[in-house]
Amino acid sequence: MLVKQLSVFMENRPGRLYKLTHALGKEGIDFVTLSIADTKDFGIVRFIARDNEKAYEILKKEGFTVGITELIGVEVADKPNALAEVVSLMEESQINIEYLYSFVLTNHNTAKILMRVNDTDRALTILQNKGIKLLSEKIL
Amino acid sequence: MSKVKDYIYAPEYECLSRSEMENLQSERLQKTVELVYNNCKPYRAKMDELKLKPSDIRSVSDLAKLPFTVKHDLREAYPFGFYSSPAHDIVEVHASSGTTGKLTVVGYTQNDINVWSEIAARSLAMAGVTKDSMVHVAYGYGLFTGGLGAHYGAQKIGASTVPASAGNTIRQLTLMRDFGATHLCCTPSYAIFLGTEIQKAGMDIKDFSLIGGAFGAEPWTYQMREELERLLGIDALDIYGLSEICGPGVAMECMQKHGCHIQEDHFIPEIIDPETLEPLPFGCEGELVFTTITKTGQPLIRYRTRDLCTLSNEKCACGRTTVKMGKVKGRSDDMLIIRGVNVFPSQIEAAIMNVSGVSPHYMIYVDRVNNLDIMEIDIELDGNLAPDKVSDVEAIKKKVETEVNSYIGLSAKIKLCESGSIKRSEGKAVRVIDRRE
Repeated sequence: MLVKQLSVFMENRPGRLYKLTHALGKEGIDFVTLSIADTKDFGIVRFIARDNEKAYEILKKEGFTVGITELIGVEVADKPNALAEVVSLMEESQINIEYLYSFVLTNHNTAKILMRVNDTDRALTILQNKGIKLLSEKIL
Repeated sequence: MSKVKDYIYAPEYECLSRSEMENLQSERLQKTVELVYNNCKPYRAKMDELKLKPSDIRSVSDLAKLPFTVKHDLREAYPFGFYSSPAHDIVEVHASSGTTGKLTVVGYTQNDINVWSEIAARSLAMAGVTKDSMVHVAYGYGLFTGGLGAHYGAQKIGASTVPASAGNTIRQLTLMRDFGATHLCCTPSYAIFLGTEIQKAGMDIKDFSLIGGAFGAEPWTYQMREELERLLGIDALDIYGLSEICGPGVAMECMQKHGCHIQEDHFIPEIIDPETLEPLPFGCEGELVFTTITKTGQPLIRYRTRDLCTLSNEKCACGRTTVKMGKVKGRSDDMLIIRGVNVFPSQIEAAIMNVSGVSPHYMIYVDRVNNLDIMEIDIELDGNLAPDKVSDVEAIKKKVETEVNSYIGLSAKIKLCESGSIKRSEGKAVRVIDRRE
């Protein structure tokens, strides 16, 4: 029911992101999505690859500080207010969204939302009860 | 034009002939050796090992027979194992940082406080402090001996003493200006900082009454003196001390500004080769060693200061006959002095080891920005972490900051680095890059 994501700790200085993307690119790893949380000194790069396991192995071998996290993924219609509806469900139940990002695949009319919350099990139940389509790694 | 009218506080001790001084030292040394042998277990053990009896020490020429004392010995005896007096005779306890986070403790009897007050008074007299002076003490007060040492000296003379302690620059400047401070006592780098802040604070140096000051607790250069004297319009003199021996006042520069007079009737100085441990003649650079000969709480025999400098017995134009020490050129260990606080890289390492989420690979950078020492510690995040939340990483950083601060009593800027990014050294690890001039 959950989507696997890779997260990499990175110093906030020139050349670091290139090193990461190049390490994966030259091994033929394709990104599905990528986002960066940045602070003055460091950033955390979060991404999903077509082949997460392989990406993880490559990065480990290259010495990156990399981990795999599981996120809730939902699919909604690519239209106004779709994101707000999902977010409001969490808010009503007092579930805190720790971070969230979304993306649209060009050949679909849907948007994918990925989020990490402080109570994954309860969030999943709520979303399922409301009939919201949950993503798994395969659907991506 | 100097406004300082310096004077010799105790000519009966500071201007003795060499033979008079050696006679006095010999008599006091014998008493001290007797005292430590009979009352301090570590010294009895050291002397027994060398098959040395107090009666073998008859004069200062026998000094080299005695065993050395190092900081490690004091730490082994933590907290009070080096006392030569019963605990009920100790009236004050000070401590400085040790190499592994354990403090080096020094207990003072009333006699020792009197000795300290006397030598600090002699020191301040070299900067012209009298009953009419207003002495502003901006050294930290507390376990650190800087604050109270200057305080005791100023009070012994009968000057008005302002125990401002460290920090809060604007308040310091306001007090100094409004109270009409004539003398300032603090670290030289902080004094320069105060000097540069006067204008920024909208004040004018013309409204100050400063004429002189005693600055120490960290090594400083002649260039810094020039800057400090120019900024504050004073004569800036170097004061030397270390808590193990007594605190500030063990030695002090006279107005000749060429080396610090050692209060030889209380502390016998030696210079040794730090490798062979052989005593070196005057003029040779080596490690400074002190034997206290009037203290009773925690007298120390041939204590290795780790400070590298030279001793000189040349005649001084000020009239004092005591031996002078040159500027401290460096250390025979890896101790850093940051904002007047002694810091060992091993302490920082010990602090870092308490935090999960970071690796033992680190690099310490020390800089002087606007005349203040700044420490940055770059440390690698543990390569096995899987951080996906910024707050998790921030929490690790905060934990390192807190641990370092509580271990060494100084704040450091912490920068978390990628695993493997800090250069691994072959052979002796380079952990510190000191970029101060």
